[in-house]
Amino acid sequence: MIYSEKVMDHFQNPRNVGKIEDADGVGEVGNAKCGDIMKIYLKVDDNGIITDVKFNTYGCASAIATSSMATELIKGKSVDDALQLSNKAVVEALDGLPPVKVHCSVLAEEAVRAAVADYYQRKGIEKEIPGCSGNCSCCHLHDEHCGGDEE
Amino acid sequence: MKRIYMDNAATTAISPAAMQAVQQAWEVYGNPSSLHGAGREAFFLLDKARADVASALGAEKNEIFFTSGGSESDNWAIIGAAKLMQKKGKNEIISTAIEHHAVLHTLNALEKEGFKVILLPVSAEGYVTAEQVENAITENTALVTVMMANNEIGTIQPVSEIGAVCRSKGVLFHTDAVQAVGHIPVNVKEMNIDMLSLSGHKFHGPKGVGALYVRKGIRLPNLINGGAQESGRRAGTENLPSICGMAAALTEAIENMEKNTAKIVPLRDKLINGLTAVERTRLNGGRENRVPNNVSVCFEGIEGESLLLWLDAKGICASSGSACTSGSLDPSHVLLAIGLIHEIAHGSLRLSLSEHTTEEEVDYVLEVVPGIVKYLREMSPVWEKIVKEEK
Ligand SMILES: Cc1ncc(COP(=O)(O)O)c(C=O)c1O
Repeated sequence: MIYSEKVMDHFQNPRNVGKIEDADGVGEVGNAKCGDIMKIYLKVDDNGIITDVKFNTYGCASAIATSSMATELIKGKSVDDALQLSNKAVVEALDGLPPVKVHCSVLAEEAVRAAVADYYQRKGIEKEIPGCSGNCSCCHLHDEHCGGDEE
Repeated sequence: MKRIYMDNAATTAISPAAMQAVQQAWEVYGNPSSLHGAGREAFFLLDKARADVASALGAEKNEIFFTSGGSESDNWAIIGAAKLMQKKGKNEIISTAIEHHAVLHTLNALEKEGFKVILLPVSAEGYVTAEQVENAITENTALVTVMMANNEIGTIQPVSEIGAVCRSKGVLFHTDAVQAVGHIPVNVKEMNIDMLSLSGHKFHGPKGVGALYVRKGIRLPNLINGGAQESGRRAGTENLPSICGMAAALTEAIENMEKNTAKIVPLRDKLINGLTAVERTRLNGGRENRVPNNVSVCFEGIEGESLLLWLDAKGICASSGSACTSGSLDPSHVLLAIGLIHEIAHGSLRLSLSEHTTEEEVDYVLEVVPGIVKYLREMSPVWEKIVKEEK
């Protein structure tokens, strides 16, 4: 399997690795049984802008690279913009992922959404945010089970 | 950067002697089946290669059939034996949970055709026993197929004992010895083996060539039909250069086996001891009855593909049984069969050595791996949980 240079760069030099102790929102998705877990920490200012973001990921190279890229894409954006982040955007920003790895980008999208959902919950703001179904095979076998939108 | 190749269970570098044999055979362009001088020249080379492979296994020349590799040999032996015994009303096949896919997927295909397949479980150390095989044999047993050495965790199965059980019960016995031949002593007569698969590229021979030993008297039906090559049992003009290269590599491997083993085992053990000294790391497969070249460990809290790619970046070629590297949702069936949970099996690393492995290389690996493991653990939420639970 061949990864793009961008993927290898974000795997070997991941941006925003770490934790934020006093985070305003934390989201964890995935399942160790399936081989990938992503945890995203957000620091959000009073205007709803993401001023800092960090991640911790257990998984393959593409899981690490998509986490890294997803955090880059939402840094400095509003939480509502972050909610719009699609797995497709992450894949494109990485110059593509091998088909069997596209689920990692779905996981990154879900990790961001889970972190934003946590932020809203802590704020006491009600907001409907679709999250991870908790069913790994849904993402892993995206093409057959989820009518995935990747090519 | 110098490359450190520790993936010899995947494939090996071709040896100079094998390369020379291949090159010499390329010049002999005749068809071994032709009656003229050019054909005879090729036939003699083929005949010599067959004699060499036979003598390496303690077999007769006319019991060796050249194939396209380990997978074909496994398919032929298993499908052939199943068909042969089906005629006698026998439809059960006994094997193990840790076989190579060349065996397991062949068995799956036979299952769809109505055969009953029994996969014996292995111990936590990765072994089956002859007793398990004996207890599983019934009057309907068509075939027992148990690998000699496992490709992932290096465990050597008690093939001699299993062979004796099968012989005494009158049941056909096949062994996939792809990871064993050229690495540990093999004698098909002493071990009561009816059929044995081997593959050239696992002992410094060429890829895409192998052999199946079939004991004299077993009328194994053909897998590949056509011309009269290989005594009419395996059609297709022989891949003479590869066959000659394989025979040369095997002869060399057997000649140097003792010397190579004495060199590799201490390096293997140094790696095992060094890697398992990393906290929350386990050795896969028992220490005793292990092929000389195999190291397989699992690091908790990390995923194998990330580890492999970091090792690759440091010039080290290795392998893993994680789901990501297997291209499926599940980690390797072998690691699950020895009782590992998914989370731990995903963190596996296999290093397989050769006689060309040096102590410096081993030291370098031991210097590099713990740092990478630590780095990946530091960013792993799974490791975070493990550490929290410990407190
Ligand atoms: C135990 C075992 N059986 C069969 C095979 C298949 O051999 P080949 O690649 O020559 O078809 C391999 C090699 O990967 C193996 O390790």
